[in-house]
Amino acid sequence: MSGEAVVAAPGASQLRLIRRLDVGGLVLSIIGLGAAILWAFPLYWSIMTTVIPPGGHSSGSALTDIGNALGLYAHVLFGTEIGLWYVNSIVTSTGVTVGVLFISATCGYAISQLAFNGRKLLWGMILASFMVPIQALIINHFFLMNALHLINTWLGVILPQLIAPVAVIVYKQFFDSVPKELREAALLDGAGHWSLLFRVFLPVNWGVTAALAIIVFIGAWNAFLWPFLAVTEEPLMNISVGITQAQEIFGVGELAGAILTGLPVALVYLIFQRKVTDAIIVSAGIKG
Amino acid sequence: MAKAPRLDNRTALPFVLPFVAVYGLLFLYPTLQMIWMSFTNSQLIVPGKFVGLDNYLYLFRDWRFGRAVSNTIYFVAMTAIPSTALGLGIAMIVARLKGRVQAIVLALFFLPYVLPVATVTTIWGWMLGYPDGVLQGLIALVVGHPVRVFRTVSWILPAVAVVTLWWTSGFNVLLFLAGLRAIPPELYEAAKLDGGGRWTQFRHITWPLIWPVTALVFTIQLILQLKLFDQLYLYVGGGQVDATLVLVQYIYSLGFQKDRGGYAATVAVALFVIVMALSVLQFTVLRARGRR
Repeated sequence: MSGEAVVAAPGASQLRLIRRLDVGGLVLSIIGLGAAILWAFPLYWSIMTTVIPPGGHSSGSALTDIGNALGLYAHVLFGTEIGLWYVNSIVTSTGVTVGVLFISATCGYAISQLAFNGRKLLWGMILASFMVPIQALIINHFFLMNALHLINTWLGVILPQLIAPVAVIVYKQFFDSVPKELREAALLDGAGHWSLLFRVFLPVNWGVTAALAIIVFIGAWNAFLWPFLAVTEEPLMNISVGITQAQEIFGVGELAGAILTGLPVALVYLIFQRKVTDAIIVSAGIKG
Repeated sequence: MAKAPRLDNRTALPFVLPFVAVYGLLFLYPTLQMIWMSFTNSQLIVPGKFVGLDNYLYLFRDWRFGRAVSNTIYFVAMTAIPSTALGLGIAMIVARLKGRVQAIVLALFFLPYVLPVATVTTIWGWMLGYPDGVLQGLIALVVGHPVRVFRTVSWILPAVAVVTLWWTSGFNVLLFLAGLRAIPPELYEAAKLDGGGRWTQFRHITWPLIWPVTALVFTIQLILQLKLFDQLYLYVGGGQVDATLVLVQYIYSLGFQKDRGGYAATVAVALFVIVMALSVLQFTVLRARGRR
């Protein structure tokens, strides 16, 4: 859709305009935009429903409607234990994120940069467990967490979620491509491997860490099955589970609760779009 | 990769120890214990006696297990291919757009994927609400009357499949988009010069070059959809669910509702074996892709 076409010589101009505009492409773009709006309609609709409930009438003034909606959200926020659930979700998701990144970066560094007995075996096992169905282990995770008295604790929610071989694979691949000269220079300066990892390898791959951190956090926030099994007391639940058990909210309050549950991750995604997409592409093995 | 002349076992130990400890305690040990448990009559948290192959033999006589397998296959069939096709179709549309518009359109398609399951099921539960959810008009148009979607057995799995497609297809879009961007534009220019139309371009350039990504996305979807639990559980709950029973839900119900840990572990082993077999398939596909 270039502007040049518009100033083309008269006569042939219309034909050229059509060719330049690439009618087929334009139609596809419009279809694309239309499809995207249709795709996102459930999101728009659910938000609007909390503003003007079905069967309810708009008060005629947008201000009053929004006031009512704010009242509804306030009721959900303060009439339930949602505040506690937010805290639980933030603590456990942060714990999972820090834990996964730490054990993966150190292990990925060792596999990439150090020679040690069992290195090949460890790498093979990590690759082999790339796609393990963690869901198959719920019985035994419960058994173990129960034996360790970690049911109904933050740690009990966090621990089984630390299994993420993909993060090791991603780190190993990125560490492999760090220029050798950087490593040699630092080692000559007398730096040990820990400072090499934290002063050179991690800072050089800062983008990878940020991207992984965001998707691991979103994944932990959204996790349902394990947090649902590991916690039986309402005040200790994550929001992703608690909101499905809340007795205090009903009617459009349910929708408002669902929106409040998804809002933090939706915002994280919208703010860090590029990082999220990069992380997903890298960890699926498309490139990297 | 650095080929150090000597072994740094002592240096490496603290680097690998955290991962190895977590992996050993929370993956290897539970996996081995699951296999052991599957030969016993344990309860969920009370160890039981060794019963040999009893649990495995029972699998073949257990109609619920059969139902869970066939429902799981039914659900995977309704989701794996459609979500792969949707992903490719949407990615091709998004790839044509430029700049801001592209970013916005991609974000709209991708947003559902980052939402928690409860958000997704609540929104769709409302839209499919009986009798006056916004989608009931559409349902009435097709079948002539509104339907209690999540109370009608034949509607439950297809409806959960639709919700799942909406929820998870954005992930596929991303992978396909990365694949499409890797196709050199010159190929399309050349095809245009040869007078090839859109369809010819798709047949002879896009499809063969995107095929490896298609195979990857499809196998990822196979494995992912096989593990269905959350959405279905939130719609039909822990109550009378035999009719729509799927594998993970069966493991959950055996272990946590019927306290039959040993047999639950047996079903879990079956799921494990199925997923591992599919992973090998995926690995083969990826290797084949690497060779091209």
